[in-house]
Amino acid sequence: MTTYIVRRLLLFIPTILIVTIIIFLLMWIVPGDTAMLILTGNDPNEGGRVSLEDVERLRAKLGLDRPVHIQYADWLWDMVRGDLGESLWYQTPVIDELGGRFVTTVQLAVMGMGMAFIIAVPLGIISAVKQDTKLDYVSRLIALLGIAMPTFLIAIVVTYVLAYVFDWLPPLDYANLWEQPLTNLQQMVFPALAIAFHDLAFTARVTRSSMLETMRDDYVRTARAKGLTEMGVIGRHALKNALLPIITVSGYQFGRLLGGVVIVEVIFLVPGIGNMLIDAILHRDFVVIQAVVVLVAAVVMFLNLVIDLIYGILDPRIRYQ
Amino acid sequence: MATSDLAAESGSPVRNALLAIPAAYHSTVETARRKPLGAVGGVTALILIIVAIASRLAILPVPDPYASVGDIFLAPSREFPMGTDVIGRDILARVLHGTWISLYVGLGSVLIGITAGFVLGITSTYAGGFVDLAFQRVVDALMSIPGLILALAIMAVLGSSLNNVILAIVIGMLAPVIRTVRSQVLTLKEMDYVTAARAIGARPQRIVFRHIMPNCLAIYIIMATYYLGFAIIIEASLSFLGVGAPPDEPSWGGILTVASRETPETGIWLLVFPGIFIFIAVLAFNVLGDALRDVLDPRLRGR
Repeated sequence: MTTYIVRRLLLFIPTILIVTIIIFLLMWIVPGDTAMLILTGNDPNEGGRVSLEDVERLRAKLGLDRPVHIQYADWLWDMVRGDLGESLWYQTPVIDELGGRFVTTVQLAVMGMGMAFIIAVPLGIISAVKQDTKLDYVSRLIALLGIAMPTFLIAIVVTYVLAYVFDWLPPLDYANLWEQPLTNLQQMVFPALAIAFHDLAFTARVTRSSMLETMRDDYVRTARAKGLTEMGVIGRHALKNALLPIITVSGYQFGRLLGGVVIVEVIFLVPGIGNMLIDAILHRDFVVIQAVVVLVAAVVMFLNLVIDLIYGILDPRIRYQ
Repeated sequence: MATSDLAAESGSPVRNALLAIPAAYHSTVETARRKPLGAVGGVTALILIIVAIASRLAILPVPDPYASVGDIFLAPSREFPMGTDVIGRDILARVLHGTWISLYVGLGSVLIGITAGFVLGITSTYAGGFVDLAFQRVVDALMSIPGLILALAIMAVLGSSLNNVILAIVIGMLAPVIRTVRSQVLTLKEMDYVTAARAIGARPQRIVFRHIMPNCLAIYIIMATYYLGFAIIIEASLSFLGVGAPPDEPSWGGILTVASRETPETGIWLLVFPGIFIFIAVLAFNVLGDALRDVLDPRLRGR
């Protein structure tokens, strides 16, 4: 087990370094200069009014005149110490804004995933147990529909239905989870629902195939042979073993889910990192973009690492591969 | 290895799949009968492609999608079958032209992305050793950035234009494609006929071009179909967020941006029609992909 953990950790560190290099280089090749962007207030027509000396001075102040690898090392070291830089647009430290927003985004993602799980797992089980019956086709159809509906389309449909039927509009101000938990949860239910819909399609599919696989295993036949009720066979034996791959695959899907969360946040005006990212992109605020993307990638990688380790504990066969 | 034993027993499944390609062409009726849903998906995909080309050539009997031709926010009528938008442009014309944008971006990014993924995947696997190991870490790193977020970051750098959207989607899909190609090539490398080719002294180039690549054709077609749906969704999402197609372009995502800012009373037709088109397009390519996978690669059936 120790070798397994060490091996996984050794793979983790270079990979996260490569992520930071990719993102840094991506923002480094940006057409136009960051110093120029700040001085012109992001307005390309202002270019003529800025003096070259000003640009040079700001470049020197921001350290943009240094070689690229020094800039990268500096940026990385700052990040390790928890300094994510200052927003080019708002001129405030990025970390101040990012912390609270990050909690909101994770809350939304977890709620969405939880709701998807509650609906999708029973759907997948029914589909597998009643394979090739009408019930199976209906639940597979639901799954297929969910896959073909992009998250943002579902989100707009949800807001329209809510506005039309209940006169509900996305709140302009979301309550804090810790101060007013009930109001907050009430407000977050609808955006979470929009996220759940797309995700449940996928989870239902995985549940179905995982269940179908375990249902063919010998121990399920043994359980049946010794006279267990069908519920006992499915619940106690098949589901227990089928659940592991379902949870793993869902965990790996968390990154894809975060992509959907970004867009749902924009539609429901949720103050999470998604809205922050879009805002930063529209303002060409590259310091914020870098910080958000690195954070998301780090979370995804960390989660994958945790899943791998848990899997290693639960399924000893994996360690020796 | 269990997998190669199994494969040797039934002949290469991928070769069987290849043999199935002409069969699928010649007995389309038979295939359609076996996979009715896939056939519907295929026909729908074909219609969408024809519509896209026709609207690009401006030979459809609809008004100019860029010009305002009536009052604003009209409900569907005989004159405007899908109503009009926020500045009185014909929604039908815009949605049809959106088909061109979606498929241009979709097909463009899929052809470039999957081909590049194949070249990089095969090269890296064959290079082996340190190169392969290092390259796989880069793929790991790219995999950890969600596709949409990576595409968003790239669009922030490049600025909005259709070709930039293609580039962003290509980079967003490259890592998973390389991963899939790699596992396929690793399996193929263990096949007896590859060992045999090596044994008679074939050079690696010959093995790659004569044995590996033809056997990847089935998975190429399957992946292309699936990723077309993915590309359409990412394009629509980027355009919806205002960083994809330029705002004037009648892309489906762009039309939906307007819908999301309106109330149900005024925006309902702006939501319904592009929404249905996105839904149908993605569904068609997904269903077609499922059917192609079953027909071309029986090993994956039911997964």
